[in-house]
Amino acid sequence: MNKIKTIVRKEWAEVFKNRMVLFTVIFLPLFLSVLPLIILYSMGGSSVNSASAELPAQIQQICKSNMTAGQCMQYYIVSTFLIMFMLIPLFIPVNIAAYSIVGEKTTHSLEPLLATPISTGELLAGKNLASVIPAIIATWVGFGIFAVGSLIITGGGALASALLDPMWLTAIFLAGPLMAILSVNFSIMVSSRVNDPRVAEQLSAVVILPLLAVFFGQIAGLFILNSTLILIMCLILLLVDVLVIYLAIRLFQRETILTRWK
Amino acid sequence: MIKTENLSKKFNTTLAVDNLNLEVQEGEVFGFLGPNGAGKTTTVRILTSLIGPTSGTAVVNGFRIGEQDTNIRRSVGILTETPGMYDNLSAEFNLEIYANLYEVKDPKGQVEKYLRMLGLWDRRQDAAGTFSKGMKQKLAIARALLHEPRILFLDEPTAALDPEASHLVHDFIGELRKEGRTIFLCTHNLDEADRLCDRVGVFKTHLLVVNTPANLRSQLFGRRVVFHLVNSTESIASAIRALPFVREAKVIDNKLLVNLDDPETHNPEIIRVLVGAGAEIQFVGELRHSLEDVYLQLVKNA
Repeated sequence: MNKIKTIVRKEWAEVFKNRMVLFTVIFLPLFLSVLPLIILYSMGGSSVNSASAELPAQIQQICKSNMTAGQCMQYYIVSTFLIMFMLIPLFIPVNIAAYSIVGEKTTHSLEPLLATPISTGELLAGKNLASVIPAIIATWVGFGIFAVGSLIITGGGALASALLDPMWLTAIFLAGPLMAILSVNFSIMVSSRVNDPRVAEQLSAVVILPLLAVFFGQIAGLFILNSTLILIMCLILLLVDVLVIYLAIRLFQRETILTRWK
Repeated sequence: MIKTENLSKKFNTTLAVDNLNLEVQEGEVFGFLGPNGAGKTTTVRILTSLIGPTSGTAVVNGFRIGEQDTNIRRSVGILTETPGMYDNLSAEFNLEIYANLYEVKDPKGQVEKYLRMLGLWDRRQDAAGTFSKGMKQKLAIARALLHEPRILFLDEPTAALDPEASHLVHDFIGELRKEGRTIFLCTHNLDEADRLCDRVGVFKTHLLVVNTPANLRSQLFGRRVVFHLVNSTESIASAIRALPFVREAKVIDNKLLVNLDDPETHNPEIIRVLVGAGAEIQFVGELRHSLEDVYLQLVKNA
């Protein structure tokens, strides 16, 4: 455990000296928390409550019965942005983990590190935690800012309770960490197999594509996220996480990594 | 301390190490010499359990590679070819990381001990990236010693260092030798090997020869004695060549160079013959072949 803690400390000390990573960890959650709040604020007021326009059935389907049409529209738009909010647990680890192995290769620090009595499991666990913890904290803090902000802006009521309902809480507190684990291990897998940090980051960023598909799918009206879909998503993520953790350990071949340096 | 038996390593179709049989004794400084790409670093990586052999076995500090790898890593220190420090982190933090990974009992104490010993204590808070090559190398040596290994693998410890930094590293290796540590030194620097090593092995995929530097010189070239004469002539050289124990004799300027195996025994006889032939001897000395001569000869013949 002490070795894992040492790796985490080392990774954080290194990573957070990089301003780009620091910017991503702080700015991205802040931006994705504040943006839906701005939308809520700008759509708020009497016009919302008096609106009675007919909404597409798909949108009405996700609204609570005690919502006005305006609140329903607000909820739809903000919940679409909440999907983008899930970018945080995917994107932050890409920035941290993609560099973790290939960075050590390019600076030649991997060989002395692997020469210590640390096991592959301990090393990868340390690198995992060093990326997953900041991603989860950033996601939860960002959502906290959004939750407090939405309560203030909407003054509580039907809209606030819809935005803070179990579906979104499941998404943030369960799917978020699962996504972070997926992203970290995918990035470590990529990082172990390439020789250039830029290539590692670019390839690792592929992990956000499924989320973008969900985002555009909802906008296109192909489906509307609901509790069932979120739970199915969590289940799939859990299975995929187990697979990528297994693959990350299998693909982390000390000998191949050391002898294929170019 | 280190024993290999038919140790081989193949990368796809390339044979990097071929049937290496080697024994390094406790407290010995062993020089592992060879050209670039000879397989020296691969050998070090196998012996430090970083990579596995394709065939053969090795026992390092009583632990068998491939079976007790963690024990091997715990009991040896390695200075890799490139220091590979974390440049953004302070020298002290760099060492603390490794002290923890090596499960050192008093990490802070050990870090302080080696930073002071290598003259880096005053710069402990500075980022390793701000260090000169020599300082980084010293920091990497400190890292290799934190857990007090009895066996130390040094891969090109003075490569790319200026003479002053090299001198410091040489002195430090000398200190480690006095402490009785076993040192496996990979180097291109033949003067370094000559000065520091008890025995050297010349390696080019397979081991060409192992011996002390002095014995290697003697085996390959015999010993060479130079006689400074007032007037050297070819007839004098011929008289010397006729002696049965002389391997070779030649005249260069007014110097007569004689190759023979045992100068202590045969020099008086040579001097008698020279005086008898009318030569006037100014002085006599031994001309040492450098280890470089030995190395080049061996590698050329390999």
